[in-house]
Amino acid sequence: MSLKLNTDLLIILIAFPILWFAPAGLKSYGLYVVSLWLVMSIAAMGLNLTLGYAGLTSLAQGAFLGIGAYATAILTVKAGWPLPAAFLVSTGLSFLVGVVLGFPALRVKHHYLAFVTLAFSVVVFLIARNEQWLTGGVFGLANIPRPTLFGTDLGGGLAFYRVVLVVTLALTLVMWWLLHSPWGRAFQAIRENGTRAASLGVDIRAYTLLAFAIGSAFGGAAGALYAPLVEFIDPSPFALSASFVLLLTVVAGGAGSFFGPFVGAFFSYMLPELLRATGGWYLIIYAAVVLVLVMVSPTGLLGLIDRWRDHQSQRKAAAIRAAARPTLANGAETNPKEQGAAS
Amino acid sequence: MLFKTMAAAVALSAAFAGSALADTVKLIDVIELSGPGAPAGTNWKNGSDLAAAEINAKGGILGQKIELIHYDSQTNPGATRAAVQRAVDEDAYVVLGPIFSGPISASMQITQRAAVPQIVGGEAAAFTRQGNNYIFRTSLNQADSMPKLANYLRDEVKAKSVAVVWINNDFGKGGRDAMIPELQKRGIQIAADIATESGQADFAADAIKVKNANADAVFVYLNEEESARFLRAARQQGIAKPIIGETTLLGAKVIELAGDAANGVKGHVGLLVDAPKPSFAEFGKKYMDKYGFTSDHNGIKGYTAVYTVKAITERIGKFDREAFAKALHGARIDVAQEPGILIDTKWTATGDVDRESFLVEITNGKPVVKTTLPMINP
Amino acid sequence: MDQFLQLIVAGLATGAIYALAAIGFTLVWQTSQTINFAQGEFVMLPAILVLTAAHVGLPMWLAFIVGSAAFILLFGFGFKRFLVEPMQRHGVLPLAIATMALSVLIKEAAKNGFSAEAQHFPSLVPDGSVSFLGAAVSARDIAIFVVAVAAILGLQAFITRTRTGRTMQATAQNPTVARILGVPVERMILLTFLINAALALIASYLISPVYLAKFSNGETIGLAAFIAAIVGGFNQIRGALAGGFLIGLIDNLAAAYVSSAYRAAVPLVVLVVVILVKPEGLLGRKEERTV
Repeated sequence: MSLKLNTDLLIILIAFPILWFAPAGLKSYGLYVVSLWLVMSIAAMGLNLTLGYAGLTSLAQGAFLGIGAYATAILTVKAGWPLPAAFLVSTGLSFLVGVVLGFPALRVKHHYLAFVTLAFSVVVFLIARNEQWLTGGVFGLANIPRPTLFGTDLGGGLAFYRVVLVVTLALTLVMWWLLHSPWGRAFQAIRENGTRAASLGVDIRAYTLLAFAIGSAFGGAAGALYAPLVEFIDPSPFALSASFVLLLTVVAGGAGSFFGPFVGAFFSYMLPELLRATGGWYLIIYAAVVLVLVMVSPTGLLGLIDRWRDHQSQRKAAAIRAAARPTLANGAETNPKEQGAAS
Repeated sequence: MLFKTMAAAVALSAAFAGSALADTVKLIDVIELSGPGAPAGTNWKNGSDLAAAEINAKGGILGQKIELIHYDSQTNPGATRAAVQRAVDEDAYVVLGPIFSGPISASMQITQRAAVPQIVGGEAAAFTRQGNNYIFRTSLNQADSMPKLANYLRDEVKAKSVAVVWINNDFGKGGRDAMIPELQKRGIQIAADIATESGQADFAADAIKVKNANADAVFVYLNEEESARFLRAARQQGIAKPIIGETTLLGAKVIELAGDAANGVKGHVGLLVDAPKPSFAEFGKKYMDKYGFTSDHNGIKGYTAVYTVKAITERIGKFDREAFAKALHGARIDVAQEPGILIDTKWTATGDVDRESFLVEITNGKPVVKTTLPMINP
Repeated sequence: MDQFLQLIVAGLATGAIYALAAIGFTLVWQTSQTINFAQGEFVMLPAILVLTAAHVGLPMWLAFIVGSAAFILLFGFGFKRFLVEPMQRHGVLPLAIATMALSVLIKEAAKNGFSAEAQHFPSLVPDGSVSFLGAAVSARDIAIFVVAVAAILGLQAFITRTRTGRTMQATAQNPTVARILGVPVERMILLTFLINAALALIASYLISPVYLAKFSNGETIGLAAFIAAIVGGFNQIRGALAGGFLIGLIDNLAAAYVSSAYRAAVPLVVLVVVILVKPEGLLGRKEERTV
């Protein structure tokens, strides 16, 4: 177990410098798409905690993305706040709303929870669309500023991408730490069997709320980056379908697997861009690819790799067994006593 | 994950290296091909394809063939921004589209920063009021068309009170926000103010509400399909008051879908295949022959957008984006000079268009033009 | 008063469509734990298939037969055999995600293969309205209501009165016991998928003349069916029926009396309250949990 933890951490530390330097040659479109991938990975990471580790089926992550994005846009555009402050407040706000929404999660499970979160998503979308005095309504909010640091403009494609990357790194480390704290193990215990976890002294109420709220806070943080990334928001990216896509992202990547959200977000947000070259049929190809993927590997893409790895190690084991199998020549020399001891 | 990222980076950079042939001019059309805007975007795409094919058959623009590429905006600001950024990276001469105001608002700073002219299909008032020198319209600004309609309601319909039914997206809300003050200015009461959903199928409740508001006239500002569904519901509820609308309510698609229920509907139309101009009729026939259905106003917008690029580029005599944007401000293109523009059109200093428009009534399933309204500043 | 009555009638007609979709949804859930997020697209598609067949040049009556047969084959049999069956053992969520991808696939294919625009669909009922207690009620609303209710009553009779129907119900309630008792479980499950497709087909032909045939029509209907099934307790046909009517009614009344801008939220908020008070659904039974 502890070896696996270190592997995750190692991958994070190796990936960071590669991701820091690799996209430097990309033009603005490429940088935008890679930034979008990271932002959506953060949102998916949050949902992965609620769904993959705590086992709560939420259809509200798109709404939390929206809450974060709108809070950031309103604070920076209308109140003139600097982006970092708006980012923190947006994330905190999403956490609080997550706590409030988490209460129903204590009463209901499975598809009823999905339904309650679905209703929440619809309400958030309608508020964003109807309350024009606050959110700009259907016309949205434009000219959302990108950050500056000590007078240096971080608004250029590459600079902003690196800002997003640093935030992603920080949040990924937070998530890693969280999952390896006693909390993380409690989340998993709730998912495996809530009733049993309760009988073993896990405070299900508190942990369910916490899982929901932290997952929501990640959604809000992603939204707080999404707003300055696009520099314009209106309600459409936060409609119910956004929550469905995020759910798909987490499952396609591998629910409950640490890097699943990154792989899933690649599928959901980068693949359609890469497929643009195929013209009018690109969404059909995309849907077909997802369908085949989920059918081939219902545990997600990382599940596929795990299965391949299992397969490899089984083959290796088989090979070792085959090599170790006593042949006629040395079989006679095998000590029957040892065989007895081994079995 | 690392491998995935690197593969993505490689694939992305390969995508940027796309070869541009030396003797073509690249127009990139970022348009609503999926999501709620798909019907509008499909018409625009077809219209622009038709224009590009015609121009190329006659030798292109300044001897260069048009290479017209379509990217889907998904009717989503984030995806639109990606597509427009890609268009700029790929060195588009002019960006065409999108139509919906969210996607336009998310992309217009990109073209402005890169100094690439963008010809959009939106009607909402805001885009041309932000001092952006690279944004141009293909249709009348709502702020210009609503006063014409309000006059019509006061002078011709003689309505003292009006029930307003609008679609709750940027198009409908923009129109409603432009219309209501114009009505109030003319002393007309707002008897009901009813928001409906984009993609709404069941208009029974809304029609019942309109009926019970008992206004002198009903102003309907919905997209085409919703207009047709509303007209059917209004017919079922037996609404007998005049139903007045703007371009979308009188579109060919609405008449086809609403059938009898569309008869008697009146209103103001900016662009119409059935307008009394031979150029429109000719375009309508070409479009019908190629795609098998009647173009709506978005098809005309897409078509004229490409011809606008041709006319202005030939006028400045070179492919120069900055000169293009300068020349289009204040330009006037007449049909006599460029038949593909379909109707004499003038661009203001802000990128708005000014042109004749029509008061239309639907009789026996056909839009009949009653009056042709002049340009605002001929 | 007549406004209220008109709203009730229109709401019942819409609700009948939702009920048809919700019952199919519930049947499929009962027998195979499939949450079908493509249910709305299932209601959208038959009309498109019929129009496509007519477009190719078939006469309308033949187009109806060909379209219906193709739909039942593809999304009754094919859906069960090639999507649900291989994925069933992996649990609810991956299958739900697969149906999500399927819904995008159907929608985009209908758009690219047929048309992005709404199309006229022939109505089997004439236009016009009849006077009912002083209110104008459209003939089509009444027809939708009558046909949908007849289909539902027929299904109910099939389940309770015939041997096959009772066996199917037993399979739905407990597949394991049914298998032990020698019920051909696989065939019964297939039957529910065929019934689901047939109900979607009826809903499609009833609603397309009013809603027009369009690739995106499934979004609203699918969501409404999902909500109706939840309200009904997810494993109750009666519940799905009640849920469908309830959603249709609340939606119409909310649009008229509460707020048209928030109409989409009103049924949801009402139902959230219901669920929080009675988590097993309106007519549902409590599910037992084991440690």
